[in-house]
Amino acid sequence: MPVISYIDAVTTAIREEMERDSRVFVLGEDVGKKGGVFKATNGLYDQFGEERVIDTPLAESAIAGVGIGAAMYGMRPIAEMQFADFILPAVNQIISEAAKIRYRSNNDWDCPIVIRAPYGGGVHGALYHSQSVEAIFANQPGLKIVMPSTPYDVKGLLKAAIRDNDPVLFFEHKRAYRLIKGEVPDDDYVLPIGKADVKRQGEDITVITYGLCVHFALQAAEKLASDGISVHVLDLRTVYPLDKEAIIEAAAKTGKVLLITEDTKEGSIISEVSAIIAENCLFDLDAPIMRLAGPDTPAMPYAPTMEKYFMVNPDKVEKAMRELAEY
Amino acid sequence: MTIEQMKMPQLGESVTEGTISKWLVKPGDTVSKYEAIAEVMTDKVNAEIPSSFTGVIKELKAAEDETLAVGEVICSIEVEGSETDESRANENIHSGVKNEGITQVVATDVSISKARYSPAVLKISQENGIDLQQVKGTGKEGRITRKDLLKLIESGNIPKVKSASNQVTAPAADFMQEQPKTTQVKAVQPIAGDIEIPVTGVRKAIAANMQKSKHEAPHAWMMVEVDATNLVRYRDSIKQKFKQTEGYNLTYFAFFVKAVAQSLKEFPEINSMWAGDKIIQKKDINISIAVATDKALFVPVIKHADEKTIKGIAREITELAQKVRTGTIKSDEMQDGTFTVNNTGSFGSIQSMGIINYPQAAILQVESIVKRPVIIDGMIAVRDMVNLCLSMDHRILDGLVCGKFLARVKEIIETMTPENTQIY
Amino acid sequence: MIENRHKELGLSDEKVLEMYKVMLLSRRIDERMWLLNRSGKIPFVVSCQGQEAAQVGAAFALDRENDYILPYYRDVGVVLTFGMTAKDLMLSAFAKAEDPNSAGRQMPGHFGQKKNRIVTGSSPVTTQVPHAVGIALAGKMEGKDFVTFTTFGEGSSNQGDFHEGANFAGVHKLPVIFMCENNKYAISVPIEKQLACENVSDRAIGYGMPGVTVDGNDPLAVYRVVKEAADRCHRGEGPTLVEAVSYRLTPHSSDDDDSSYRTSDEVAQAKTKDAIITFGAYLKEIGLLNDELEKQMNDDIMKTINEATDYAEHAPYAKAESTLDYVYEK
Repeated sequence: MPVISYIDAVTTAIREEMERDSRVFVLGEDVGKKGGVFKATNGLYDQFGEERVIDTPLAESAIAGVGIGAAMYGMRPIAEMQFADFILPAVNQIISEAAKIRYRSNNDWDCPIVIRAPYGGGVHGALYHSQSVEAIFANQPGLKIVMPSTPYDVKGLLKAAIRDNDPVLFFEHKRAYRLIKGEVPDDDYVLPIGKADVKRQGEDITVITYGLCVHFALQAAEKLASDGISVHVLDLRTVYPLDKEAIIEAAAKTGKVLLITEDTKEGSIISEVSAIIAENCLFDLDAPIMRLAGPDTPAMPYAPTMEKYFMVNPDKVEKAMRELAEY
Repeated sequence: MTIEQMKMPQLGESVTEGTISKWLVKPGDTVSKYEAIAEVMTDKVNAEIPSSFTGVIKELKAAEDETLAVGEVICSIEVEGSETDESRANENIHSGVKNEGITQVVATDVSISKARYSPAVLKISQENGIDLQQVKGTGKEGRITRKDLLKLIESGNIPKVKSASNQVTAPAADFMQEQPKTTQVKAVQPIAGDIEIPVTGVRKAIAANMQKSKHEAPHAWMMVEVDATNLVRYRDSIKQKFKQTEGYNLTYFAFFVKAVAQSLKEFPEINSMWAGDKIIQKKDINISIAVATDKALFVPVIKHADEKTIKGIAREITELAQKVRTGTIKSDEMQDGTFTVNNTGSFGSIQSMGIINYPQAAILQVESIVKRPVIIDGMIAVRDMVNLCLSMDHRILDGLVCGKFLARVKEIIETMTPENTQIY
Repeated sequence: MIENRHKELGLSDEKVLEMYKVMLLSRRIDERMWLLNRSGKIPFVVSCQGQEAAQVGAAFALDRENDYILPYYRDVGVVLTFGMTAKDLMLSAFAKAEDPNSAGRQMPGHFGQKKNRIVTGSSPVTTQVPHAVGIALAGKMEGKDFVTFTTFGEGSSNQGDFHEGANFAGVHKLPVIFMCENNKYAISVPIEKQLACENVSDRAIGYGMPGVTVDGNDPLAVYRVVKEAADRCHRGEGPTLVEAVSYRLTPHSSDDDDSSYRTSDEVAQAKTKDAIITFGAYLKEIGLLNDELEKQMNDDIMKTINEATDYAEHAPYAKAESTLDYVYEK
């Protein structure tokens, strides 16, 4: 099976879907000739032409709004926000419009749009090129938010998102783009949106996380295994709506749960995960639910000292895991 | 003819009342549907209210400048025929409103049985020595709630863990006597890195005995605190000389075994066995002592301990332990025990709950001797204190006799001085 | 004898009478809704009164079988022209299950009906403008020859989505007609406090499209400019911004008291230019309408409205549990 990078999995998924379905098209800033600032749409302009790989004016609300209009018409737009941090001008379009179109029209209209955006820190991106924005959208029924961790998941979930008949926000970790490589089959496959995935079986503690932090957790789990501590790792993959069954099962399995996000702590995705566990697992818990997240500062600073302080990293994850295992 | 009511409409979101600024009709006037009947002023708008019916104004229920809440009747209209449609529509509205407050409740599929205690309930029960088995829960499916326990405590009527003595302490982990849990726990599946140890030989025997004892004999526990200061002084004064003379150690354990043997002589009920339909009181006093190796636990026997000197007991303890450790102990050296003394103090334990060496009637755990401040004659003194923990088979024994037995052991230990205790 | 203005526009006598009838129906539906609101039967009304000429004039210039419309909340005249019925609107006013717009989920004035290509809308203003552009883009990609028509108020023309959407359509030369229904007030704030330029149409130049201001009380004038804009679309010449200037004859909504910010004289003055009167007068002068026909028309309309009101009032609400339906595809 070929080994490809996380970003190549993004490009591959889009290319294959555009080949498969003429309704699929890409729009965003610099996505055409340049192939995207991260090169996620590299080569698509040459293959499909400027009509289907559209360089838009620099205006995020229009990128989302025009995409939404096309989706209501029956197209399958993939709108790219250059950085997740810049999605905010499009929030009205995403929350007031995309999320509510099916509901407000009593199923008369739908909005099958995918909005992709690179998120996440650890790339010296400072306040406005590092943020995790999923929590902003994670109490908006009507939306789905997918945040894959591996190239395999990227391809299968992005294809599923493009084929989904509801709006999907697809957040890609920009540090994972070239850091994470993995086996990805050449075949056309889709993975279910809304389903979490056990990335490692274990007995002593459970880690529930998503995105790049999944890799931190797996690395730390490997280290702990040599000390006889067995770690169960659940990758949420879809952070909204959450896979409650999988969360409950994973939490109940070991009774000790560590929740990790790169986002700031209060009101984050893992806050909701924690609430689900608290609601359902009282009699299975063997330790208080533990959370590891960024500090509650507006965003992560530029200077390396402060960036490192802010970011979740494998050492912090390992330390938290050991603490929980010893509890 | 039907009398219909016109009500104060809600003129504007968030508006709760309206004032009739002017009546445009009077009783006896004929009005048609949608014809204005009054001018109404609210915080948000001033408007004319149209009639919802065609008919004759019967009565004005409010004066001009009077303020009425939204929904209050402002006038009645006599209508040709019946306008049941009107009331039906209102019912429609009401049934809609009734359901407004429903929010989605995520079904919690947790079936709580009585045996599932919340962390709060467990904590309170442990802190107060409450036997949860005896508490009747008021929660769903009989679950014991935190409030149930707080009420019990307030009432003072706390069902204590079954025992004859109020010295019973909170349950502690049974780390001395291992109890296999094969019957309760579903099969654990090994994964890569786990080590699988087959259960054979001695381990299997231990498992079977412990399970049998814990399963069959209803255990009760009690503990006494003993001042061993005299014993410590006495033994310290002679231990070096003893070692030189005899070639082995004079341990505290030997003194305790001696004291127990002597007490058993005085309380033969304790020196008993369960035999199904009868209890057999044993003539011989054969003390089983627990000797642990890395992998297993053996219980060799000091026979006729009541007839032996402290020195003799010390010697036998040394020899039996030696044999256990070198694997040369014979099976007849582990038979016929009538009572077990367990030297848990050697592990540093200060409190434990032994599992009875079946089919004996009781087991005594001798804990660590530790220096502790105690009050003697109103003054604080530093004394060498030791806890003696007794597990008894409640089928054979009751608290009273066990209490007396322990009191006797305590008395003997506390008065062990060179004057009244012979080593040889 | 007055000059026949509709013939040169290609409008038959039947067509202009039909236009008038739709304008009248819009007005009467709106008036009924106010009565229902004031008698406590429906919670909310937001009106079309004063803008019927612009709405109906524009909608008649479109292809009612193929074009897409993204109306704003006052566009009773537009949606009636595109196939919505008095009954549909009454069901929406009473929030009943059969309401085709939303089955009672949205407030009245939030139009949407896929079979008539009336695209669902929301309350935040001007969000429909980029949608119109997206639908035009999709049509262009698919090689279709339809026009997308969207409306909004002059206050809304300050929203980012207007500017972002208009610019996108201008850059990509998309077949969109942006029509601002300038009724002089954004709730209480008059146009002088909304715009620094004289006309909303002045904004068109920034987006590389023609901007036209037209008398919104004249349905034929509005018809003419919207027809021209549609023709430009079909010729592949891109979007047009139309500004139809009229006057809002009612308060902003049933919750608003307009006496706090404008004089009754001003409203009375505007009513003299009310298109229901002036267009009716034109039809009479030109001999297409007389008092008898007008009465007949009015009676037909009132009958339709009475039936629609009764039907909607007695229609069932959606089941309470249907609250949970259609968050996602089933």
